[in-house]
Formats: sequence, structure tokens, C-alpha cells
Amino acid sequence: MSATAHSVIEPTARERRFAATLIVIYALVTMLPLVWIFMTSLKTPQDSISYPPKVVFGPTLEGYVNLFTTRTRQTPEYMASLPPPETWWDELVRSRNMVIAGPSKFGERFLNSVIIGFGSTFLTIFLGTLAAYAFSRFRVPLKDDLLFFILSTRMMPPVAVAIPIFLMYRQLGLSDTHLGMILLYTAVNLSLAVWLLKGFMDEIPREYEEAAMIDGYTRLQAFRKVVLPQATTGIAATAIFCLIFAWNEYAFALLLTSGTAQTAPPFIPTIIGEGGLDWPAVAAGATLFLLPVLVFTILLRKHLLRGITFGAVRK
Amino acid sequence: MADIELRQLHKSFDAFVAVHDTNMTISDGQFFVLLGPSGCGKTTTLRMIAGLELPTAGEILLDGEDVTYKRARERDIAFVFQLFALYPHLNVRNNIAYPLRAQCVPRREIRVRVEETARLLRIDSLLDKPVGGLAGGDRQRVALGRAIVRRPKAFLMDEPLGTLDAAFRELMCEELRALHDRIGATTIYVTHDQIEAMAMADRVAVMNEGEVLQVASPYEIYHRPRSMFVAAFIGAPAMNFLECVGELNPGTDQVTVAGSTTAVPRLHEGVAGDRAVLGIRPEYVHFGDDYAFRGSVYGVEYTGARQLVTVETEAGAVRARIPAGAKLGIGETVGLGFAPDRAIVFDPATERALESELFEAAHG
Repeated sequence: MSATAHSVIEPTARERRFAATLIVIYALVTMLPLVWIFMTSLKTPQDSISYPPKVVFGPTLEGYVNLFTTRTRQTPEYMASLPPPETWWDELVRSRNMVIAGPSKFGERFLNSVIIGFGSTFLTIFLGTLAAYAFSRFRVPLKDDLLFFILSTRMMPPVAVAIPIFLMYRQLGLSDTHLGMILLYTAVNLSLAVWLLKGFMDEIPREYEEAAMIDGYTRLQAFRKVVLPQATTGIAATAIFCLIFAWNEYAFALLLTSGTAQTAPPFIPTIIGEGGLDWPAVAAGATLFLLPVLVFTILLRKHLLRGITFGAVRK
Repeated sequence: MADIELRQLHKSFDAFVAVHDTNMTISDGQFFVLLGPSGCGKTTTLRMIAGLELPTAGEILLDGEDVTYKRARERDIAFVFQLFALYPHLNVRNNIAYPLRAQCVPRREIRVRVEETARLLRIDSLLDKPVGGLAGGDRQRVALGRAIVRRPKAFLMDEPLGTLDAAFRELMCEELRALHDRIGATTIYVTHDQIEAMAMADRVAVMNEGEVLQVASPYEIYHRPRSMFVAAFIGAPAMNFLECVGELNPGTDQVTVAGSTTAVPRLHEGVAGDRAVLGIRPEYVHFGDDYAFRGSVYGVEYTGARQLVTVETEAGAVRARIPAGAKLGIGETVGLGFAPDRAIVFDPATERALESELFEAAHG
């Protein structure tokens, strides 16, 4: 026993090391698939399906080129008759006896994901913030029942209602439209957003907006100038949750979109090369697909860390 | 600056009545304190005057104009909250300037008025600091600054000193009163602290369970309480209450407590039975061997210039506040006398004070 006083709540150096080791191991385990996807995106199709799997390989951007283009195979005579390639990607494609026929649909699908993901997140936050504020501040008749009702929409997997929604959307002409997907993801996310945001709103003392209203502002002005700046943490955390759901959603996107409004998740697995799936292109699509959420999360990281503790560290 | 008048003001939340048919007039320039225990409806009353809460019934008149259902921002009233409610995302200057921005006052004038206000409150050196790091007293001053910069018709304050420590509260009490005297604005101040109320008020309204029990000057409230609640709530320690008997008719000027007769101010009304409650403040209880009413000393609390003596008697415990010089031993038998012109007789059924010569003096 050491005679020096030690705290009972502060971890010792050994405990700290142990915790750090656990975290590093966990991080490695969760990151391994992502690293593998990223590595696959830089392999040639042959390397990607070789057995045993290759860990060391010559990287190529072929997967990315294939992701963004459609190509046609040509006869050697035709290839010989072409002028020298102008760009590195032309050269890469020609080395496989193919020429670029045009851009692939990935760009469009990716843009659809951006429009639908961010659009529904924005709409969810807009509606959710107002609803949460109302639930937090006003005497709404049947408030508790309404809140329970809102939450109850999350009590089954959304996909359980896929068929009715499919039929409704066909009837309403919302199938395969951006608006339809934005509305759908908003509907699914809104319950979570209202509940999360209500918690954050409850934490903001109502004296702030009362002071503003006495100082001469309308309730809406007080909401905008006093409540919103204080709710940013909660709004950011909620926005990330909503975006991640809308961005990654696969089942509804597969069912309800096929062309104009198809998002990236159902599109990526359909990238087919010669003789089966073009794994490097699929991996390239998945890698690029991860980036926006990653960037968004890093940008809002400060808020997220404070936000997901649900106000516990606010004074 | 303005008069504020409440007429039959009533507020209930579902079955709970928070404020019961209240009538009050606060005249221009007065420092008016609403005093009562927590949950007595004082804050609800204040919030209705501010427009943060709508009354169930009744009227609120501000300068003769009916503002009962007007929005808070249309009333031109300033409010200081218990927790100050300084906007945490703004610095001191912007906090004080905030109400002026709402009124679209020109930039240059905002600057002048904010600095003038800051000088008045001696916070001009803090203007560009964030409000997060301020000490309690400075936060309080910023909150006051935000209220006075607008030059509103009236100030409403909801326990603004509640979160400050005792020493600082005393200082802020003085400052608030001095500020009021300088600006001369009608002020309604809510507190549960009788010392604050006594120190600052021109008039005090004592509330309990949604009802206003008495509206009077601090002196009146202390010396001529109209009910047992007011008598007990004001003063530390509270007034002594002793059961007494006698012919409680108009004209009576003595009652009997535990067999000994004691003089009281001549009564102008009687009670139904022959029992009543005699109320006497500790400082009007005297010791003397001549007094027939006797008891034994139970405890002595020394408080500096005075000491507080608790005496066990047949009629119950009596507390007396006497000069610290007198030496009294625990268990010692003493005679107790009551200042005859200071005693109040209460009707035990209604807990109201009986009309007597004592209250006559108040009207005169």
C-alpha cells in the first residue's frame, strides 16, 4: 500500500492504459471493414478477387475510373486506329482494350443522395425544432399523448410499412421523385428529432425568451434570436442522426426509386463489370459515399460530443 | 412612470387557484414589495402584470389604460428575473443594448445610452466582457442595466437577490433602493425575504395562498398586522401567540392569560366566545419580579446587542428580546409583563386582529 493519498474516482495510470488499449482494439475492429473497402477501391479487378486476399498490391485508380464511366470493348484494329490518349484515364481504360463511352450514372445518383439526404435533414430539423419548441413551452392539449403518438411511429421497423407506402406513393405520383423521398425520410426522422430537440429545448430556461419578449420582441423573434443560438448543440447532434439515417437508407430507396431519384445506396451494388460485379468500382463508390457524412460529422463534432451527452455537461 | 392598478385579478391553473380576486393600487414612483412564502401567488401576480401570464379574470391597468390582454412587448415594462436571464451568447454591452435594438433605436444613441447606464451601475469597465464569467453581483447589475436602459414605465423584479450570498444581498438591497430613489420609477419587487422587503419597500403587500392579506407600509405591517399569518410571517422570531380569556366585547381593555390579567389596547369589536389569542412581539415582553405571569427560563440565545430568551409558561413558550446585559440562568423563574399598548387580540376562528385603539392610531 502506498502512503500517498489517491483519488477513488481518478483512474490510475494502469487503468488508463488498459482503457486506451481496449479503445484502440475496438477502433481497429470497427475500422477494418472500412479500410478493406478503401483498399479494394484501389485494386485491379483481378487483385480484388484473388485468393488468398492481397494486402500488398500495386494501387490503381481503375475502380474510380470505372465508377464514373461506361466503357465499350473494341477490336485491336480499332484501338490501333485511335489517336494517342489525351488523359490518364483514357490510357487506363485503353490498356484493357476498351474506350470510354460516356459518364456513368454514379454522379447523378450521388447528387440525388445529397439532395434527398440534406433536404430531408433540413426539413426534419425545421419542423422538429418548431414542434419541439411548442411541446416544450406551450400548454398543448393532450401533450403527453401526442408525444407518445409521435414516438409510437418508431415502434416498428419503417420497412414494415413498405408495401402500403409503395402503393400510396404510386397513387400519389411520388414514386421515384426527390420530393417523395425527402418527405418519406422526414416522416421517419421527425419523431426522433422532436424527442431529442424537446429535451434540449427543455434545458434552455424560458426566462431567456420571456426577457426578450418583455424587451420588445415577438415570440418568433425571441425564438430566432435567443432560443436558436442556444439550441445549436442539440440541433447539430439531431441533424447528424437524421442525415446518417437518410444518407444510408437502403430498403425504401431500393423499393421506391429506380431512375430519376435513385440514391447512391441502391445504385452502388448494381455496378457490373465484365464477368460479374466490378468490386473495385463498388468499393470506390462506397468510399466516396462515406465522405459527406464524415465531413459533416467532423464539422459538427464539437457540438455532437456535447450534444449526445444530452445536456449533462451543460451548466 | 406610471400607476399600476389590479382589479379583481384572478388566476387559476385548472383546479388550483394561484391568485384570488386581488385588488391593489401601486402609485407612481412607489417601491412596492410583494412578500409571501413560496407558492403564495406573488410571482404569478408579477408575471400577469408583465404579460407573461394571462389572468383568468380581472383587469390590469397601467397608467389608467387596460393592458390585461396586451402582449408583454406592448406594455413597456421591464422585468428582472431571479436567474437574471442574461443572454449567454452576447457580451455585457449587447445584453444591455438588446431591448433598444428591439425598439430600433439608432446605433449611436444605443451606444450613448448603454454607456450611460453602465456608468450608473458602475459596470462600464465590464462592457466588452462575455456574461459567462461575471460574478453574481455583476450579473445582477447587467440585468438591472438591461431593465433601466429602456426607461420603461415600471420595473418588475422577481426575487432578483435570491441567488446572491447574504453579505452581497445586503449591499445590493441598498444599491437597489438608491437606484430607485435616483430614477424614481414605479417598482414592484417580489421576495420571500422579509428583511429585503422591510429594508426597501415604501409599501408591502403580504400574500398567502393566493390572497393578499395586508397592504401597508413596512412599519404598519410589523407593528399592526391585521392577521395572525402576517404577524407570524413578519419578524424573526415571530410574534408570540398566547391563548387568553376574558369578556371579549367592545370596550374591553384587559384579558387574562393563564390566570394573570394583562392590559391591552381598548377593543372596538368582540368575539363570539370568551377565548381569543393574544399576540405580542418579543421586544415588548419585559421581565420583572412584580409581574404575576410567571415562567421558567428555557433557553437563551445571545445575538450581540440583544439576547433572545425563551420562557416556559403555563400558556406555552414565550420569547422575549431583551438587552444583552441582563443575566438569566436556565431554569430561573421570572415574571413576564407585556407592553399594554403593543398587544394585539386575534379572533381564533378567523385569525383576524380585532379592531382596537392600536389600529386607530394607524389610521390617524
